[in-house]
This record gives sequence, C-alpha cells and structure tokens, in this order.
Amino acid sequence: MDYLIAIGLEVVSGIASLVLISIGLAVVFGMMKVINLAHGEFLMMGGYATIAASKAGINIWIAILVIAPLVVGLVGLVVERLVIRHLYGRVIDTMLATWGLSLLFIGLVTTVFGNTTSGISSPLGAVNIGPIGFSAYKFFIVAVAVAVIVTLYLLFKLSRFGLIARATMQNADMSAALGVDPARVYAATFAIGSALAGLAGGVLAPVTGVVPSIGAAFVAKAFITVIGGGSAVLVGTLSASGIFATVNQLASFATTPVIGEVALLGAAIILLRLFPRGITGRFFKGRI
Amino acid sequence: MNGSRNYWPIAAAVIAALSAIIVLPVIYDEYALLQLTIYAILSVLALSLAFIWGYGGILSFGHAVFFGLGAYTYAIGAMNFGETTIALLLSMVIPALFAAALGYFLFYGRISDVYLGAITLTVTLIFFDLASSTSGPQYRIGQVALGGFNGIPSIPQLNVPGFPDWTLSTTELFILSVAILALVYISLRLLISSDFGRVVIAIKENEVRAELLGYDARKYKLVTFVIGGAIAGLAGCLFANWGGFTSPAVFALGQSVQIIIWMVVGGVGTLAGPVIGCVLMQWLTSSLASFGTVNNNLVLGGILVIVVLLLPQGLVPTIARLARGRRPVQRLDATAGALGATPAKSEVGA
Amino acid sequence: MSMKRRDFLKTALASSAAIALSPGLVGNAQAATDILVGSIHDLSGGLDAYGKPMQDAMVFAAEEINAAGGLLGRQIKIVTKDPQSSMQQYAQLAQELALRDKVAVLHGGITSASREVIRPIMRKTNTLYFYNTQYEGGVCDRNTFCTGQTPAQNLATAVPDIMRRWGKKIYIVAADYNYGQIVSQWVKKYALENGGNVLSIDYFPLDVTEFGPTVQKIQAASPDFVFSALVGGAHVSFYRQWAAAGLKGKIPMASSTFSHGQEHIVLNAPESDGILVSGNYFPSIDNPANKAFTAAWAKRFGADYPYITELAAATYQGMHLWAKSVSKAGTLDRAKVLEALESGMSFDGPTGRVSIDPATHHCTMDIRLGEVKEKKWSIRETWPQRAPLDTSSVCDLIKNPGENQQFVIKI
Repeated sequence: MDYLIAIGLEVVSGIASLVLISIGLAVVFGMMKVINLAHGEFLMMGGYATIAASKAGINIWIAILVIAPLVVGLVGLVVERLVIRHLYGRVIDTMLATWGLSLLFIGLVTTVFGNTTSGISSPLGAVNIGPIGFSAYKFFIVAVAVAVIVTLYLLFKLSRFGLIARATMQNADMSAALGVDPARVYAATFAIGSALAGLAGGVLAPVTGVVPSIGAAFVAKAFITVIGGGSAVLVGTLSASGIFATVNQLASFATTPVIGEVALLGAAIILLRLFPRGITGRFFKGRI
Repeated sequence: MNGSRNYWPIAAAVIAALSAIIVLPVIYDEYALLQLTIYAILSVLALSLAFIWGYGGILSFGHAVFFGLGAYTYAIGAMNFGETTIALLLSMVIPALFAAALGYFLFYGRISDVYLGAITLTVTLIFFDLASSTSGPQYRIGQVALGGFNGIPSIPQLNVPGFPDWTLSTTELFILSVAILALVYISLRLLISSDFGRVVIAIKENEVRAELLGYDARKYKLVTFVIGGAIAGLAGCLFANWGGFTSPAVFALGQSVQIIIWMVVGGVGTLAGPVIGCVLMQWLTSSLASFGTVNNNLVLGGILVIVVLLLPQGLVPTIARLARGRRPVQRLDATAGALGATPAKSEVGA
Repeated sequence: MSMKRRDFLKTALASSAAIALSPGLVGNAQAATDILVGSIHDLSGGLDAYGKPMQDAMVFAAEEINAAGGLLGRQIKIVTKDPQSSMQQYAQLAQELALRDKVAVLHGGITSASREVIRPIMRKTNTLYFYNTQYEGGVCDRNTFCTGQTPAQNLATAVPDIMRRWGKKIYIVAADYNYGQIVSQWVKKYALENGGNVLSIDYFPLDVTEFGPTVQKIQAASPDFVFSALVGGAHVSFYRQWAAAGLKGKIPMASSTFSHGQEHIVLNAPESDGILVSGNYFPSIDNPANKAFTAAWAKRFGADYPYITELAAATYQGMHLWAKSVSKAGTLDRAKVLEALESGMSFDGPTGRVSIDPATHHCTMDIRLGEVKEKKWSIRETWPQRAPLDTSSVCDLIKNPGENQQFVIKI
C-alpha cells in the first residue's frame, strides 16, 4: 500500500515536471506559432542562474522563484529583439535559427562555467510515507506547476494583457487597426515563455543538476508534449503531460527507465497519428 | 520552361568526379584521402535530404534514422555473411522498407508540417534509446553483438563482389565514394527533371492544386521518402566502411540536425548547395577540433543563426543570384536548373 | 543558353573550391628534433570532466620528462586533439595523428567505444597506442597497452571486504553500456562466491537524470547496500536524489566509478560522505612519489585544481612507462620499444608500483578502498600488486602475438 502511494506520488510529480518543462514552449507556440528549439537551453540557463545566485549567497527560494525567471526572461527579450522578430511567420526558419541559438548558448555557457556538472542539493528534507522515504522537494515541484497553470489561466482570461494577447494571436492586423502594437505583444509573450522556462530550469536544478548540454534532454520532451497537446496552451499541455508522464512513470516502475522513455515516445507517435493536430486540435477546441 | 533538359550540371558532375578520382589520389596522402572520403560520404547523406526536403517539401527531423539503419544493417550483414555484397544491398533495402512503413504511416495519415517533424524526431529518439540499451550479451543478431552505447567495432571493409578477400584499400574506398556521390547526384538530377520529379515539385509548391489535377500527393510523397531513405542508408553503409565502426550516435538528434544545418547553409531547394554546405561545415568542425581554442558549438550555432537571418536562401542560391547580377530568378527554369533554385522562402523581413 | 553555361562554371568552381578547402594541402611542419606524442581526449562534450585531467596529466608528464633532459636527447611535444565526444571525430583525429603528424605514440580515448575506434587505426598505421582508463577488460592487441584497472583486478578483494562491513544483500545500479554491464556481472559473481546475493541490477542510459522510480524500487527491496557503477555527469543526479529521499544514512553505498568524474567535488559533503570506492588511485595515498606528484601538480596547475582523478594518474604513469621503454630501447623504433615494454617494464608512480604484464599488455598495480568524507579520501584498505586476472584468463600475447580483438570474458 505504501509502495502504491509512492508510485502515485512519483506519477503526480512526473506530470508536474513535464508541465513545467513544456509550459514555456507551449505559451510561445500556442500564442505565436513559434517553435523555440533553444527552449532546453533556456531551462539550462535558468538552472545556472539559480546555482550561481545561490552560490553567491542569495536565498535559495529567491534564486529559484525570482532570479531564474528574471534572468532568462531578459535573455528571451533580447533573443526576440535580435532574432525571432525577423522571422515571424516562417515556422521552419524560426526552428532552425533557434536551433542555432541553442548551440550558441551551450557554447557560451560552457565557456563561462565549464562543462562539469554543477548543482545544489534539494533544499527540503525527506518525508516518510510509511517506511518509504520521499523527497519533500517533489511536493514543491507540484505546487509550482499548479501555481503556474492557475496564474497563466487568470492572466490570459481575466487581465487586459491577456485579452490583447489573445486578440493579437487571432488576428494581428485587426488588433493593430484597433491600436494595439503587435510587436510589443509578441515581445511580451516571448519574454513570458522564456521566464517560464527559466523558472522550470531553476525548480529542476536541485533534482537533475545542470550541465551546459542538459537542454537537449528537455527540449525533445517539451517539443513532443507541446505538439501532442496541440494549440491550446493550458489544456493541451496539461492533457499531453498527463498522458505522457503517466505512461513514462508507470513503464519505468514496471520495467526500466529506457522502456519508460520509449513508452513515452511511442505514446506520442500513436497520439499524433490519431489526432494529427494534437489533442486540442480534436477536443477542447477554442480553449486556452 | 523550354522543354529540353538541362545537361550542364550533369556534365559538370561527371567531369568533377572523374578528375577527382584521377588526380587526387596522386597528389594527396592517405590522410587527406580519408578526409575527402568522409566528406564525399556525408555529401551523399546531404543529397538524400536535399531531395526529400528541398524538392519533396518533407522536412524530416529524424533523417539520420535511415543513415543509422544503413550503417547497422551493413555492419550486421557484413559480419554475418563474410561477403559484403548482400550487406551493401541490404543497407539500402532495409532503410527503404522502413521509410516505406514510416512514410505510409505519415502521409496516409495526412500528417505534415511540424507534426511530421515531431514524429520523425520521436522515431529517431526511439531508435537511439533502443540501440543504446543493447549492451547486454543477449542482444545479438546472428554472430554480431549490438554493443549498446559502444556500438559495433571492427566492421569489415567492402570487398569486390564475388571476391571476399579483395577488400577495398583507402584509395579504392575514396574512388568508390566519389563515384557514388556523382552517381547519386546525376540520378537525382535526372529524376527531378523527369515527369515524376515535376509532380513532386508541384506537390511541394501547392499540394491542393496538385491533388485537384488528379495526382495522389500521398503516393508521390511516399516514393520520394523511400528514395531518400535508400540513399541515406547507402551513405550509412559507406560511413560504416570508412570508420569501421557504428554506434547509436548515428541515431542521435545532433546527427539529424547536422544534415539540416548543411542544407540551410548550402541552400534548400538545390542539390549542389547541401553538398557544399556539408563539406564546409565538416571542414570547419575538423579545424575547430585541431585548434581547440574556441568552443565548437559557439561557432556552429553562430553560423546557423547568421545564415538564417542574413542568407535565408543559403550560400549557393545567394551566390548564384549575385553572379546573375541580381536579375530576377526565372521560377520554372530555375527549378530544373542546377543552382538557381526557386527561392522557397521570402526575403528577410524588416 | 548562356545562363546554363554559367551554371556549369559555377558547379565546377564550387566543387574545386570544396576540394581546395579540405585540409591536407600543407603538412604540419614540425621542428625535426621534437618527439611528437598524440593526446586525444574529450575536452568538450559530455565527458570533459574525465578528459581534462587526463590531458593535463599528458602535459605534466611531458614537461617533467623534458625538464629532466628530454628523451633520447630530444624534447617531447604533445599534439592535442579534442574529439568533442564524437566517434566520427575520434576516427578522423586518430587518422590525422597517425598519418599526418606521425606521432611516436598515441595516448587517449576514454570510453571503450572511442578506444575501439582508435585501436584498429593505430594497428593499421603501426603507431603505438596507450589506453589509460579503467575499463571492462578483455582487450588483446600487441600494439595496445591498457594502464587502467579492470573489474576482476579491482573487485575480487573489494566486494568481499565491503560485504563484511555492511552485509550480503546487494542492489546494483549501473550505467547501461559495456562497462556497466560487465562490472555488474563481476560484482554479482564475487557476491555469490562469498555467500551474498544480488537483489536486482538496474541499468541506466548515460543521459538519464530522473531516478525517482528507481529510488522507490530500491527502498522497496531494502538491500544491505547499493553498489553503483554509474558514469557521467547526468548520473550525478542519482546520488543527489538518493540523498534527497533521506536514504543517505539508511542504506550505505559503494562504487567502482564514483570520483572518476569528480562526483564528490560536484556533490556537497552530506550527499557523498561515507561512500566507499575501490580503485587504484586516491590523491591522499601516503607514499613519497605521490606526495611529490601532488605537490608538483598543485604548483603547475594551481592549488585550487579541482581533483586529480585516477584516470589522470594512470595517464601520467602511462606516459612514464612509455618514456622509460624508449630510453631503454634507445630508439623510437616501434618494434624495439614494444620489446622494452614487454620486458615487464615497471614504474614507481603516485599509485605505487605499476608493471606491464607482457602476456596481456595490462598492468599489475595496487588496489585500494577509499572512503570519502568532506570531499577528501581516507584509505581503508590496500591490496598490493593485483594482476589483471580477467584479461589474462583469455589473452596471451606471448603465445599468440597476432591476436587482435576485445574478448568477452565469460563470467
């Protein structure tokens, strides 16, 4: 029984991790139809920002929750200004340019920090469920994932920015005619997506550790989750993360992590074959 | 369109290949020949994606899967049979069959764009995961242990068909690779200007219109995909010959992306462009390895970003356009021509 | 028509440009007096935490030899190549070192995969090759020398010793490749021979960073200790997640790989304290050679140098074994140097005495059990002069000098 609870908790925390890894990419893809293949490196930089800040003596929670999203959000603003802005409407070109950026960031961070794995320990201790020890930090990951989803929902649904953003995504020319500056909306959206990636990188840094090349492990999963989820940002990410992470964790428990990984990828292929536009291309149409 | 086929690029390829085969082994030492051989082999790989993406409009993010399958098939075949001719053939047949199955799944499922990219990416990641997890002694095909992460070492060299003891020397492998490169280039050139090729290009330009004219886009895409898969498999077989090893790295994401980078740098929608992009980027990578002062990723990433932003058509079409004194490209003729391909993408914005 | 002719010219121009670009027109001009030694280690990419100290050891040994008057009256010059953790680059660069630079000897390769790429090239080009990494054993090639320890050498004494300390139920976690698989089988063999049992062996691909399910599985199995043969930067997260689940004090851990990738430097003290590692080298070894070695190293690379790994010490010793043999042979001629090496050449280095076993081209050396505390090692046991038992069970180069393969040893 305790073991079953432990499995259940691992599944929930697996879903939460996948939501965090993917949500930044989902915002940028869903709102701007831009696929940012440097997304993994945005997470990686969030991790480094957290570790550097915490080693500089800043409180670990501030490093994770404030510094990481702030730093990466700023990087996102710069990237949008210098690269993404010139490529709107050219999906493939954007993917290639951001792939170049991803290599560039790996090189840059390697030059600055070296290639050795660095990390910090999980700031919370362990909790025991019956005889089984469980990292309390996993509850924190789940909490952050929930908070991110709720905040984004409120932001897009209730705030003035959300209204303008959704309008611009639907019809940029029309919103421009109504006095909105689409360039600024895109810039803000991209910065938010980047900040979310930075947050995810910060939150996961104590669990996975960071190396400059760690982004590759994230970006493929995030890309598959976002495409699998389809164009609705929140519902899509939630549903795809739910399916993929559950399959992955259960298969990992039953067999090995490799089979878990393969099961996730297999599930993605089947899903995309059934719903070639992602889950929300079929269900939940028109939701965020 | 003037109806007559354009034979100049073919003549150029024949002359370039013949002079390379005759002259280079005389003036270069063994090491330089080995370098040139790998450039030629990877150029074959570049051509295969140049065909299915540049002309067929199918952007596969996992093109390396066929390359890797070719390498593994050759390794397993050659080590089991002892004689390499059947292994060589299989290294094209197996990737082609896999391309047929995957292509059927994709095109008849009406999957395209980024969704196609996502699935091809996923497929190659699955191969990478599975190939990496075969290091136990129980994973063997015939006498060959798959070797997991370490891959398969000591793969036998190709032999002259029927003569198992007559294996290719460094120079002979160089000649074979250049000859295959020229042959693949010429075949694709002819294919593109054939009726089949024109339909393939028409589908890329406007799938709906082509279907309304009665062409089954799915079928044409599938055949294109299979041809590309077979050529990539052949490149994989040559790669296994060149280094005498193969490992799951051939399925890695980086390998697939590398091919895309060659194409973007050289020019999508041409055949010569990706070859030049490939040679250029490979040369750059080797050079960086020897100097070792600047981070490799930094340079490659920087180049890719700059090319996409400033030369969105890639080197070859841009140079071709400059050489023409900026005359407007003639669309139809250019599609059939060697270098002046249709600018598939718009100019850099604002 | 004129346009087509221009197309032709352009294709021809482009192809000749491509040929001209390729390196190879100009050979590397070297001062004829220097002896070139090839060094090929991953200095970037995922394995550079392993490669950098090895590269430093090459430079360090060469400078030491040069300062003492050089070799055969000539200076040693290290030719460094960084294959960037890519097998294709390994092949290209090994070809370059052998054929273009014509190095006298090549040291390098980290993973077994890279060694099996380099080894045939060196054999074909008649270039001596030293592989200075602990690995799974079994390489049998007269042109190749392996100066790192192998599993039987390392574990035959260590596993029973650890079982005496902690108990008989073992849970093994290992990297999913050749080395991890084979080491796990050796641990299992020695466990069974000593009345223990292995509850489970879990293999992890080198890029796995999520160990949640595994940590739960191990707890459910409740072993007496965990044996880790995890490798690489990604696997560091296992130790971290293990500590985060509060298991550090509950279930002890031993390893044959921990510290080679500087894991104990990356982790903080509470996450790594108490882990037992069996191996050949720890910087705290108390002998005069090691004290001189670590002091000179600190002087050369700075007192804040992260960690002198076992692989760095093996590389240093590999260089000296080769240099001593060249001195003894009095020539760089490969056949003569081979003979000198096969005369049972030995070197008293920082790890104690290492001597080459002529039958296997592996080394006999001391094995130790170290315990980490506050990122420093204290040595709990020393088993002097262990022979490469696993490889010698399959390989006899004295009897079969033409042998050229890596044997899979039946365990």
